[in-house]
Amino acid sequence: MGNEPEVSYLEYQGRHKGIWSWLLSTDHKRIGLLYLYAVVFFFFVAATLGLLMRIELIAPGRTIMEPQTYNGLFTIHGIIMIFVIVIPGLAAVFGNFFLPILIGARDVAFPKLNLFSWYLYMTGAFLGVASQFLGSGPPDTGWTFYVPYSVESGTSVIWALTAAFILGFSSILTGLNFIVTIHRMRAPGMKWMRMPLFPWALYATAWIQVLATPIIGITLLMVIAERVLNIGFFDPALGGDPVLFQHLFWIYSHPAVYIMILPAMGVVTEIFPTFSQKPVFGYGAIVISSLAIAFVGYFVWGHHMFTSGMSYYARWFFSFLTFIVAIPSAIKVFNWISTMYGGSIDLKPPLLYAISFIFLFLIGGFTGLVLGSLATNVQTHDTAFVVAHFHYIIFGGMGFSFFAAIHYWFPKMYGRMYNNKVANIAWGFNFVGFNLLYFPHFIIGIQGMPRRAYDYLPQFQTGHVLSTIGAFILITGLILMVINLMVAARRGAKAPANPWHGVTLEWMIPSPPPHENFDEIPEITTQPYFFGSKDKNKE
Amino acid sequence: MADHPTHTEHIDSETGKLGMWLFLFTEIFLFSGLFLVYAIFRAKYSADFHVAAAELNAFIGTINTVFLLVSSMTAAMALTAIQKGNKRLTLILLLVTLLLAALFLVNKYFEWSHKFEYGIYPGSPVLKNMSHGELLFFGLYYMMTGLHALHVVIGMILLTINVVKVKLGTVNSERYLILENSALYWHLVDLVWIFLFPLLYLIT
Repeated sequence: MGNEPEVSYLEYQGRHKGIWSWLLSTDHKRIGLLYLYAVVFFFFVAATLGLLMRIELIAPGRTIMEPQTYNGLFTIHGIIMIFVIVIPGLAAVFGNFFLPILIGARDVAFPKLNLFSWYLYMTGAFLGVASQFLGSGPPDTGWTFYVPYSVESGTSVIWALTAAFILGFSSILTGLNFIVTIHRMRAPGMKWMRMPLFPWALYATAWIQVLATPIIGITLLMVIAERVLNIGFFDPALGGDPVLFQHLFWIYSHPAVYIMILPAMGVVTEIFPTFSQKPVFGYGAIVISSLAIAFVGYFVWGHHMFTSGMSYYARWFFSFLTFIVAIPSAIKVFNWISTMYGGSIDLKPPLLYAISFIFLFLIGGFTGLVLGSLATNVQTHDTAFVVAHFHYIIFGGMGFSFFAAIHYWFPKMYGRMYNNKVANIAWGFNFVGFNLLYFPHFIIGIQGMPRRAYDYLPQFQTGHVLSTIGAFILITGLILMVINLMVAARRGAKAPANPWHGVTLEWMIPSPPPHENFDEIPEITTQPYFFGSKDKNKE
Repeated sequence: MADHPTHTEHIDSETGKLGMWLFLFTEIFLFSGLFLVYAIFRAKYSADFHVAAAELNAFIGTINTVFLLVSSMTAAMALTAIQKGNKRLTLILLLVTLLLAALFLVNKYFEWSHKFEYGIYPGSPVLKNMSHGELLFFGLYYMMTGLHALHVVIGMILLTINVVKVKLGTVNSERYLILENSALYWHLVDLVWIFLFPLLYLIT
């Protein structure tokens, strides 16, 4: 950094001073960090709620809270985790920070809109948390807001619905911004098939955000109308149909799963080539599978409703498509493993997290097929098996990918290195704790433990005790990881511009990046992940 | 913000329009949720829907359709006028558009209050005594026209901003992206109504 005359984005002085230079910044990098801090904060809020639930479930009967409190906890845990952390997480934090850099642009297409999205996001997030305390008690419907209960419940469901609506709007605007950025702002020479794969994943994600989110928006409005005006769309007594709500809800909320997982796949696709010092295997296949997942993902929502009352043919159709969508996901797994094959593998924390991503994602994916098969679904529907499955996908997939991303890009974002050893130890806690926390749910789920239950039969206690122990190990690892990074951000050793010998554009600029990213917009002449000149890069 | 003087002040027109088109997609999807619900209940209770639609005043609906169609035309003409640098004509056309939009809302107001007089509003005792299909029809009627009216109001706010900007000269024959995007939005408002009108008023 010593011979770089440019001011980094962290030190840049704009028109506003102090805290306002962050809160009013339209710099995509600063907005990325604003999202990062918000995501970490709300993650620990929701993780604490999760931990309280685990403590409650350590023994049958009442342990530390009343049943109604428990219902409120799992609802808000779900709403915060899904709408505030997992859906926006990777795209808003790392997408904002690195999308423009990876495609050789100085900012996103609409910087002011980008800042506005963050404010919408914060409004929605605080409203979600506030719904715990405002009005007539914490909402107790679960994050899925199923009617008729969400219409009848006397708790402050409307606050939570409004929060989800606002967060959805924020998500739409971010997606819109990214699509336009990718279409209009790529560096000269960066043809579509020369674009790195994290931007490709964000592109597929952004289309889902733009095209699916409005459906949940109108659905939530309809539930609000049901509660306030008694309009009758979902009320059988007035001629409506509660299953209709489930369809509308999952038309968005299943694609939303791909909003969560596609950027996660994009992150690890960046990490494997760098730490194997090898071009990514099957670039085109990864691009096409991303788009295929986004496309087919629209047509599988019915698999959430196999037991809700659907025709035999509809169930057959949705089950078949669910199996189809597994194929592009599997293609990606083969690509990642083939990328490592024969490479000079450097097992640093980012790669460690990326490999555990594959491991956990595979378990989550295969158990997803158990749920997607019509016969086994009847046995496992609404049991702890489902809880285990989606935590393996969402936390094991998106969460571990988030950890991989933060360890991969941290030196670039802050210009400092973290302690590798502590990062590895934290990874160990996280990996062991995670598996101990969620794996027992598969077993007790198959044995018949229902999800969202406050009390249970004594025969499930072993599983629950193991799970709660896992929760404590996991939270220890998470705290250790965050402390390690926080210390590094303040006192870590200065990071070089390219600590991992990566070849994508973000490694060609100083760490931390200058305010305008690039002195001169680079001219792109080759495929990404071209390690031909790697000897030159070695120090 | 002055942070990026080179990038935020002048979003080029292609970029701005692409963003607007995407936003219009999301608006169409927002309404499509309601159209989907309409289609399902229409199929289930088609006879009731016919009866209920007879309650709506097709004459007022037609007048409103004309208002919106003409206002869409004047919005498009305002855009052409600013491209040709005719500031006065642009202002007149924008004000005519606003006037027609306001007339649309006035009509809507009388239409709704007329229904209210008969006790037809969501959750009313009169409605509860009607058949399920009629009840759902009026639920959809209020929700769809209500959401549409909200969009009319937002469109009017956008057009008013344009009136001010044209007057100040910040929207001129060189830079008219915001006017172009507002006109696009206004056409969407019109387009949604083109679908609402036959589905609600003309199926008797």
